[in-house]
Amino acid sequence: MYQPVIGLEVHVQLDTKSKCFCGCSIKFGQSPNSQTCPVCLGFPGSLPVLNEAALKLSLKAALALDCEVSKFIKFDRKNYFYPDLPKNFQISQYDLPLSHNGALFIDSESGRKKIRIRRVHLEEDAGKLVHPEKGKMSMVDFNRSGTPLLEIVSEPDIDSAEEAYDYLLRLKAILEYLEVSDCNMEEGSLRCDANVSLKSAGGALGDKVELKNMNSFKGVKQALEYEIKRQAELLDKKKKITQETRLWDAVKNVTVSMRSKEEAHDYRYFPEPDLVPFILDEDYIKKIRESLPELPQARAERFAREYNIPRYDAAVLTADKYLADYFEQCVQLYDKTKIVSNWIMTELLAHLNKRNIDIRYLELKPKSFVSILEMMDEGSISGKLAKEILPEALESKKEPRDIVKEKGLVQVTDTKEIETIVERVIKENPKAAGDYYQGKTSAFTFLVGQIMRVSRGKANPKVANKILKEQLERRGNA
Amino acid sequence: MELHRLTAHQLSDLIAQKKTSPKEIAQDLLKRIKKTEKKVKAFCFLDEKDVLRQCAELEKRTSHGALFGIPVVIKDNICVQGQDTTCSSRILKGFKPPYDATCVRRLKQEGAIIFAKGNMDEFAFGSSCETSCYGPTHNPWDLKRIPGGSSGGSAASVAADETILALGSDTGGSIRQPASLCGVVGFKPTYGRVSRYGLIAFASSLDQIGPLAKDVQDAAILLNVISGHDGQDSTCADVKVPDYTKALVNNVNGLRIGYPKEYFAKGLNTEVKDSVETALGLLRKLGAQVKEISLPHTGYAVADYYIIATAEASSNLARFDGVQYGHRASDFDNLLDMYAKTRGEGFGEEAKRRIILGTYALSSGYYDAYYLRALKARRLIKEDFDRAFKDCDCIVTPTSPTAAFKIGERIDNPLAMYLSDIYTISVNLAGLPAISVPCGFNEKGLPIGLQFIARAFEEEVLLRGAYTFEQNTDYHLKKPEL
Repeated sequence: MYQPVIGLEVHVQLDTKSKCFCGCSIKFGQSPNSQTCPVCLGFPGSLPVLNEAALKLSLKAALALDCEVSKFIKFDRKNYFYPDLPKNFQISQYDLPLSHNGALFIDSESGRKKIRIRRVHLEEDAGKLVHPEKGKMSMVDFNRSGTPLLEIVSEPDIDSAEEAYDYLLRLKAILEYLEVSDCNMEEGSLRCDANVSLKSAGGALGDKVELKNMNSFKGVKQALEYEIKRQAELLDKKKKITQETRLWDAVKNVTVSMRSKEEAHDYRYFPEPDLVPFILDEDYIKKIRESLPELPQARAERFAREYNIPRYDAAVLTADKYLADYFEQCVQLYDKTKIVSNWIMTELLAHLNKRNIDIRYLELKPKSFVSILEMMDEGSISGKLAKEILPEALESKKEPRDIVKEKGLVQVTDTKEIETIVERVIKENPKAAGDYYQGKTSAFTFLVGQIMRVSRGKANPKVANKILKEQLERRGNA
Repeated sequence: MELHRLTAHQLSDLIAQKKTSPKEIAQDLLKRIKKTEKKVKAFCFLDEKDVLRQCAELEKRTSHGALFGIPVVIKDNICVQGQDTTCSSRILKGFKPPYDATCVRRLKQEGAIIFAKGNMDEFAFGSSCETSCYGPTHNPWDLKRIPGGSSGGSAASVAADETILALGSDTGGSIRQPASLCGVVGFKPTYGRVSRYGLIAFASSLDQIGPLAKDVQDAAILLNVISGHDGQDSTCADVKVPDYTKALVNNVNGLRIGYPKEYFAKGLNTEVKDSVETALGLLRKLGAQVKEISLPHTGYAVADYYIIATAEASSNLARFDGVQYGHRASDFDNLLDMYAKTRGEGFGEEAKRRIILGTYALSSGYYDAYYLRALKARRLIKEDFDRAFKDCDCIVTPTSPTAAFKIGERIDNPLAMYLSDIYTISVNLAGLPAISVPCGFNEKGLPIGLQFIARAFEEEVLLRGAYTFEQNTDYHLKKPEL
């Protein structure tokens, strides 16, 4: 048996308006090279000027991750040639990151576990290469060039692929709570590399392998699972593990070697002379610390307490800021908190997952969502109907109340109407009525079923039951 | 009237009195250039039509600026929108920046005419203007000789009366040394005094833009325009800009001048030494307190500079890769090959030498021994000055150890070439302001320069010393025969 030793390196794009060292917008999905200027194109003579908003968001994240914040802020150049890097160096932080020694807690099977954060630092993103299918040339889109990136490096405290997954979920939740990043892995605003090595029973730590190119949290998990298995098999065969960088192939579900340690870059880091180091004032850090919002753990505790829902529910609801926001908006409108939480956790989440909808982009507003619950309370729809209306509302983007109305689905509670139906049913089923008088309870259930059939499910079952019983008694007495 | 022989302040007076116009000045200079430029070769780009277009634009202006109608040559490493800006390098051939450098923008605001691009050592790597891809500029005082460098084109054009003013850049002496060798005034401001935005970087922590002029007053006028805070350059200081022309007083009475003994040792040409000592004598006579001082770490300056400057340069020049602009090799097999061929073809020998030196100094395993130690030595050199300035207000030294040398004389001996800047380099390492003014001629009639160095942001002290010296001598009035 081997013990996996895993460390994660996460890059998140900060949700600023403009880039890290110039005024260009960082909006995603714009036409290529439309959001560029001499600075982020690295034109000769251009100079970087730090965007204070990027620094503030970085400090927010660092403080929320319990890091020690460095008062002395300086930047370094990381030198390497690549066409998506217009200056052929990246402005980053090397020996003195803006913060270090933090921690993040995950909930594992054995309880809460602390994953130490080694460092959090600010740097600029590169552009993007585009490889057209035809032709020998590649093209570069510099829209992303200079976008502020936060690099968050964990200590190798992660023991399994599952824990890595939990770490990423928790980190994402915290960053979303802080509103420092939208953490959208598909748009590349969150990226993750992993280092993994195996420790054998004797305690010797194997050479570490760096994994890249995972583009989802699930991908990170799968790549780690694969890599742990691969390394274990090598060790079983007494083979050496090469220290190298491997790429995850999400199609074939394997990792493949990219470069070995010998080919590793010498980045020739040195202090960025175009940016003057500066000292952060104590007050400045204090103000940012005071501005930190409620974080997932605290919110879960509050949910359990304030809304009187189980701890488990509170944890699920608060794991995603936007889900928690949705829940809170719902319970402002509808006070049966446990029902709201049940409906969100079972019905709503199931449909969202099935349709791959992010709660942030859900068009069904809390007010409309709780209207379904209200209709149930009013007795105008049954629970069964309510469960059918929800997906329809998601699909058609119509108001649940309108759907009910349009389809004539409104439960019939009008006693007169039900009485007519009941009379008809009893008349049409004399045998069943007879059986009822013989004491066969199943006959009663059969008759209720018939009432529902005739009313096409609209009859309020409670009312129908009551009237059927009354009428049968009346007839029996007669 | 030979307008080209006049200074900016003289021409401004004539314009104010409506005795001349921007167009007349420009035309007179263009006439002059027809006669002299084929000998001097100070410019890499001159667009006559554009110069006349600028004059026509100026005539429409209602308010005049501080440099209204005054032609200014811009060193080829300073960006002028839409005009070739190539650092005299093949690798940037055809590059027309989409923006003006901050100093160029300020010149335009003040009504200056952006006249021509001054030839230079490729990427400012050199002290002779010989490494330009356009060929060398010639010293107007002796066409067989170099004008100094790297701002050789800027200095030679001022000396040859081909322009009224010029901008240069100074990383280790690139304004002052050519000014000294061409017999003009060269001013390197405090690091952070003038925005570097739009100056194509050689060594970011050392580079500074500054004036080249026919006299100290003109240098002060030009400095007034280009100085001051710029939100686009983080290293540009937010320090108030005084009116530098107010510092032009003919009085050094009580000024405490130190001369560092280390600058008068081995390697200093005797004629230069004599001129500088005579100059010190004159300053003493004019009331200055002149005394010997020591800058003990002077001997480390050149070595220190060549590590820091080349390290920064190796990174700054990485962007010239053929991807977005400038030269790109026409035939290549893959990306790496494209980089290698583009840079192999685009950079000259000295540029390659410095890129390799700097890359080496920053390499893992060597960083501590070279770059980090160089940073420590830089601090010691700066502390030398701090100590010296406790006892004096300014320091006076030779600008260059020799007068202009012959074209080709040192080009194959980089070490000899690097020593041309032995008296100017420390100033950049310490981030201080310094000015070079003419202080004599050698037997061959070649100009000799005198350097004044002051505390950071005390440009006014330099102007006072240099102006007084100039007012009491006439070296600056002598013109080369062309």
